[in-house]
Amino acid sequence: MSLLNTEYKEIAWQGLWKNNPGLVQILGLCPLLAVTSTITNALGLGLATMLVLIGSNVTVSLVRQWVPKEIRIPIFVMIIAAFVTCVQLLMNAFTYGLYQSLGIFLPLIVTNCTIIGRAEAYASKNPVKKAFFDGLMMGLGFALLLLVLGGIREILGQGTLFDGAQLLLGDWASSLKIEVFHFDNKFLLAILPPGAFFTLGFLIAGKNYIDAKVATRKPKVEEKTIERMRVNFDAQ
Amino acid sequence: MAFFIASSPHEHNRNKTSQLMRLVIYATIPGVFAQWYFFGWGNLIQISIAVCCALLTEFTVLSLREKPNGKAIKHQLFDGSAILTAVLLGIAVPALAPWWIIVIGAVFAILVVKQLYGGLGHNPFNPAMAAYVLLLVSFPVQMTNWQPPLSLMSTHLDFANTLSTILTGYTNEGYSVAQLRTHIDGYTMATPLDTLKTNLTLGLTIDESRKNMVFGENFALGWEWINLGFLAGGLFLLAKKAIHWSTPVSFLLSILIFTFIAYTINPGMNAPTMFHWLSGGTMLGAFFILTDPVSGATSVKGRLVFGALAGFIFVIIRHLGGYPDGVAFAVLLCNMAAPLIDLYTKPRTYGQINSNNTTKELT
Repeated sequence: MSLLNTEYKEIAWQGLWKNNPGLVQILGLCPLLAVTSTITNALGLGLATMLVLIGSNVTVSLVRQWVPKEIRIPIFVMIIAAFVTCVQLLMNAFTYGLYQSLGIFLPLIVTNCTIIGRAEAYASKNPVKKAFFDGLMMGLGFALLLLVLGGIREILGQGTLFDGAQLLLGDWASSLKIEVFHFDNKFLLAILPPGAFFTLGFLIAGKNYIDAKVATRKPKVEEKTIERMRVNFDAQ
Repeated sequence: MAFFIASSPHEHNRNKTSQLMRLVIYATIPGVFAQWYFFGWGNLIQISIAVCCALLTEFTVLSLREKPNGKAIKHQLFDGSAILTAVLLGIAVPALAPWWIIVIGAVFAILVVKQLYGGLGHNPFNPAMAAYVLLLVSFPVQMTNWQPPLSLMSTHLDFANTLSTILTGYTNEGYSVAQLRTHIDGYTMATPLDTLKTNLTLGLTIDESRKNMVFGENFALGWEWINLGFLAGGLFLLAKKAIHWSTPVSFLLSILIFTFIAYTINPGMNAPTMFHWLSGGTMLGAFFILTDPVSGATSVKGRLVFGALAGFIFVIIRHLGGYPDGVAFAVLLCNMAAPLIDLYTKPRTYGQINSNNTTKELT
């Protein structure tokens, strides 16, 4: 049981930090950079991606015994496309405003490398339960990164947080909007795609910095050194 | 910006980076003087703010890098490259832009464009122009707020007034920048390039637009002298052999060719070459920015291609683009192309026969 627990812990750690789809694998950059101009957009896309990732991981894991190796990619893509269509129709029905602001990037989840990458690398080789958990954690890692990115860009760009949250969460959420500080002019670069590149770059640098700090703080394993005497006959 | 990079064979040259940078900074003096004469103290104030911010940022980054001793930091800090970047940026931003514009620009130029890419000699883009583009894209209103030349303004703009406008947005009498740009007859005056672009969309021809008083008697009131100032500075640099003739010559020639083509096809819609040469930042770009030895091409042939490409993009942006001036964008696009240009214009190694030629001789 404890072995199982450590295994799930490892999956969670991989998805959330060590092998984070956005920070480490640098996958799915297209939606990551294009729609994270506000926290609401980021949350919407993060949730959609997570749902698709969980669904596709579970399904791929279920059918993994019957999928011929040669045509696995088209089959995975079809499974993913089916889930994306579901999510897209759901968002069209219940969060129409957000559906419109996400635009083409919602159907483009089909081509998100994170999802097909997890299907290929993990779900097609592991049982359903583990594949489900992996999808959840990878999706959560991706969504959290989107949220951080969206938050930073929204604060820098227009000085607010949760602007337009009612599009996703219903009318009550319009009171969630926080005006952190007031700008006379928007800092457009943070909202435009180049701002996303810069912010992501700084986030990755931050992650590497934390990793390096942690590595130096760990007690060093004593390396075994074999001491050898250098014999120098000429010097004598 | 590193030392003059030339392809082999290398010849010995005892100039140091700091001397070269100092020379280039001195060479901007005629242009800056013309700017002061026509637009007042604004750009001098911008330059001083930019230099302070750039030095502070440079110092912060260099100390974070933990150079072994303080001497190394001091040496790098005052090698002139950061100061030159700041001076160029201060020249490029509008004279009455608010102070935080130039602060953001200077910090971005040094921190992100120069130091994050590895510091002096490693930056793929020209720091001053990358920062200028950042500002232009982020704050289009402030960055296109060029005031008209002093002789056309209805308000007297002395040093104290300029300083107060930059720091607070208003003159001591309480005029805003928008009011300062308003002519006594009640319409807003823009730069000649802006006016031309707006009038073309309104359906006026070039000749009709040039009756506007911002064009003055010749090409562009004030701007022509600023450009001539930078041309003089550039010629001084050429005489001192601080820059190579190839980039500016091919850039200006390429502008001549392409604007001449456009002008002969439709003189009503396309301004003549002399206007393009003597307005906006053409001469500054030709002699001070494209000649940046780090972000440009390295061989003579490569520099000729580099300058010509920059001129082509410059003309395309000025004629068809959304922004009135195209120097900064042209420079950045060409910086991106520079490694490729270098690859295809690799000079032949001395004493070695080109491998293509040998195969031809054999067959």
